[in-house]
Amino acid sequence: MPVTTIDGHEIHVDDEGFMTVYDEWDETLAASLASAIGIEMSDDAWGPIRFMRADFTSEGHTPTLRRVATVGGFDTKGLFALFPKKPAKKMAYIAGLPKPAGCV
Amino acid sequence: MTATQDVIVPRFDDEEETGRTLAIICSKGNLDMAYPGLILANAALGEGVTVHLFFTFWGFDMIIKSRMNDLKFSPSGNTAMHMPMGDVRIPQALAPLPGMQPMATHMLKKQIADLGVPEVPDFLEHIVASGGKLWACKMSADMNHVTMDDLYDGVEAIINASDFIELTAGAQLLFI
Repeated sequence: MPVTTIDGHEIHVDDEGFMTVYDEWDETLAASLASAIGIEMSDDAWGPIRFMRADFTSEGHTPTLRRVATVGGFDTKGLFALFPKKPAKKMAYIAGLPKPAGCV
Repeated sequence: MTATQDVIVPRFDDEEETGRTLAIICSKGNLDMAYPGLILANAALGEGVTVHLFFTFWGFDMIIKSRMNDLKFSPSGNTAMHMPMGDVRIPQALAPLPGMQPMATHMLKKQIADLGVPEVPDFLEHIVASGGKLWACKMSADMNHVTMDDLYDGVEAIINASDFIELTAGAQLLFI
């Protein structure tokens, strides 16, 4: 399992760069992860990230975009605006979670 | 210097303006055949791909307000229809019997819902919110005697086949 350093944080990641150890994550690191993929964390952006972290602990897997929208209560259009083009994958990356496995 | 070279960050291909477009023609109105197009459209939108869906012929039922909530699934003519558990096929001779279609529809809807996949109208709403464009076929509208008032609110317009071909120049195309 590769180890990489993002903004001074040493983390375990998979071959693509997604974090593999849930507890290595904190919000300071999340801001650095976001910055590494060109996203600046605004107040609105933290809501879905925190929801995904909590949902992962209760469900055991990364929520899909639709689940973030319907269960988390976040507007789909807004998520595309905050995390352009590939919101589900980008949010998973920033939240320190695996890519979502579900189709919908 | 070496440390920064070792940084592993996913490539989201943001810098590449591929302009990839997917055109999906939905021509079936059976419940089971409504889903492939919607699932692929949703997946493509989530990957940053531009998506256009064109509803035509029986697929028109997916966007007619009075019908879209009530698509049916029939085991008739579908030899891949199995009993809920195991590999036992439902004999085709039984498939057309009264009660089979409602039962099969109910079962399929439950299986889809159990996976957290929305019903057709909610799915269309999610696709539109994700930036997908819905288009209605003019010939189908004329055949069904419907206007924009009868169609799901998220439909952009009623257009003819030429318009759709023009609109999706260079797109990858799926016919379902």
